[in-house]
Amino acid sequence: MDSTERYLVGVYDDDEEVVAAVKEVKNSGVKIEEVYTPFPIHGLDVALGHARTRLPIAAFMFGCLGLVCILSLISYTMYFDWPMIIGGKDYFALPDFIPVSFEGTVLFTAFGMVTTFLVSNSLWPGKKPRTFDLRSTDDKFIMAVNMANNRKSESEIETILRASGAIEVNVKQF
Amino acid sequence: MAGHSHFSPSDVEEHFEFTAEGRKRVIYAFLAGTIALIVGIFLLSRGEHDAAHAVAEHGGEHLSGGAVSHHEVYDWTTRIWANLWLNGVYFTGIAVIGMFFVSIQYLAKAGWSSVVKRVAEAFPPFLIISGSVLLLTFLFKGDAIFHWMHEGVTVKGNEHYDKIIAGKSGYLNKGFFLGRMIFFFAGWLLLWNWMRKKSLAEDLEGGTDNFYQMVKIGTIFILLMGVSSSMGAWDWVMSIDTHWFSTMFGWYMFSSWHVTGLATITLTVLLLKDKGYMQYVNFNHLHDLGKFMFAFSIFWTYVWFAQFLLIYYANFPEETIYFLERWEGHDKIYKATEILNVFFNFFFPFLVMMSRDAKRTPIFLKICCAFILVGHYLDFYQMIMPGTVGKHGGYGLVEFGMVAMFASAFVYVVSVQLTKASLIAKNHPFLEEALHHDI
Repeated sequence: MDSTERYLVGVYDDDEEVVAAVKEVKNSGVKIEEVYTPFPIHGLDVALGHARTRLPIAAFMFGCLGLVCILSLISYTMYFDWPMIIGGKDYFALPDFIPVSFEGTVLFTAFGMVTTFLVSNSLWPGKKPRTFDLRSTDDKFIMAVNMANNRKSESEIETILRASGAIEVNVKQF
Repeated sequence: MAGHSHFSPSDVEEHFEFTAEGRKRVIYAFLAGTIALIVGIFLLSRGEHDAAHAVAEHGGEHLSGGAVSHHEVYDWTTRIWANLWLNGVYFTGIAVIGMFFVSIQYLAKAGWSSVVKRVAEAFPPFLIISGSVLLLTFLFKGDAIFHWMHEGVTVKGNEHYDKIIAGKSGYLNKGFFLGRMIFFFAGWLLLWNWMRKKSLAEDLEGGTDNFYQMVKIGTIFILLMGVSSSMGAWDWVMSIDTHWFSTMFGWYMFSSWHVTGLATITLTVLLLKDKGYMQYVNFNHLHDLGKFMFAFSIFWTYVWFAQFLLIYYANFPEETIYFLERWEGHDKIYKATEILNVFFNFFFPFLVMMSRDAKRTPIFLKICCAFILVGHYLDFYQMIMPGTVGKHGGYGLVEFGMVAMFASAFVYVVSVQLTKASLIAKNHPFLEEALHHDI
């Protein structure tokens, strides 16, 4: 009993309804874990009050890392390890290094972002997906409420969810 | 349904008022520019008198691919014509990009931009002024700017005969050049006029007929722009350094024009918002305009660098002279501008506008607009000045006065144009979408 996580899952029919319901449910003092929708809904993340993603910062860092790595590699090989004159240029011909540095920056950023995304969403190989309701990939909008985070009783929360427009309220345990 | 505010067009119609106070300020700025220009010309006429002797004594040997390379006596008035040309090209760019911006939005059927399109739509009338300046400068003082217009350069046996220029004379001759120039300006203005008529008719009639017609006009304009921006770049800027050519040049100048135009649109919107107009333009629209500026600053850098890298890597003397002239030639007076050019137009907007918050903060946007506007003026300065005035260039009262005159004339024309229609295109089919724009 204690090791399982218990969720109350509200099912909604309409995208605008679910955004209004999020505000309503939050105002009645219920903490919402997450809302799952078949397509992105404008204003939903604001209504949920999620903290802003820090992915762009990660992207910038990965980009800087890529720039430094590739510039180090190319200057080590072309200037320190085995100096070569190409096209009559200096050993350290910075303009020639720019395209590959740019590509390296993009490559590191892309791989870094994908890795960060997968790790931050706990999506590693073999991970069993947590699906609250399969219909959230079709035409339903799913609101998950973690019972561990709420003091209100299940029946109270169910009433609140139904009042906010949920067509079904189910219990889901993992 | 729920949560959507119902909006009726008559609530949002908004008219810009070009107040007497505002007019006065713009006219004073113009007069201040004129005075600066006159003083500048006076100082120039006195200063250059002595310098001309010095040049004659030293034989005027310097690195140049442009008009001043042929040991001809330098005429101090060249700097005036070069400045006219520089500002003419620069402001032509801003004005034509107004039309280009609107055309792109129609072609893409973009919704968000319908709240700012009237601002961009107000730019192209300035083409009448900038076009006249270019036309008159070319007709009366073209030979001061263009080497290929000099007497005898295409005549075999003449002492000034130049084989390379003679080879290009099928394209670079006065008649064809004039024809292209008139065709481009007339085409831009006529298409703008047509678009504007449809746009104003839409305010009265509503419906979607005008919208689809504007999509067509925009498409025609983009086709014309694709050709005219490239050929304009070859004609008006690249042919100054007549011996030199670059296949990247059309893109390079277009990208410079484009980002300048975008910065001007953004700045105009921000200034109008400060005056209490256009309150329906929210942070999301500004964010999009900021993204445009950010992206096209990078695009400019990409093209600028691609042009540079190819020339640097291939190392052909006839090509590298362009950059050598700007880096080491003319007593190195253009070197600082070359560095500032990349700093203002790439590093500054790139680093400042990278974050989401900066693009949503008006003061950051304004600073970036200012940097981009100054930076791309320097970019055009760098394209035009070394080939025309060479080592007699610099930043003096002539430059500042001329910019002040052009800028205030531009502000005046745009302000007058803005008063002529509602600031919001109230029957634009995508207006509802734009008012709820959220990113």
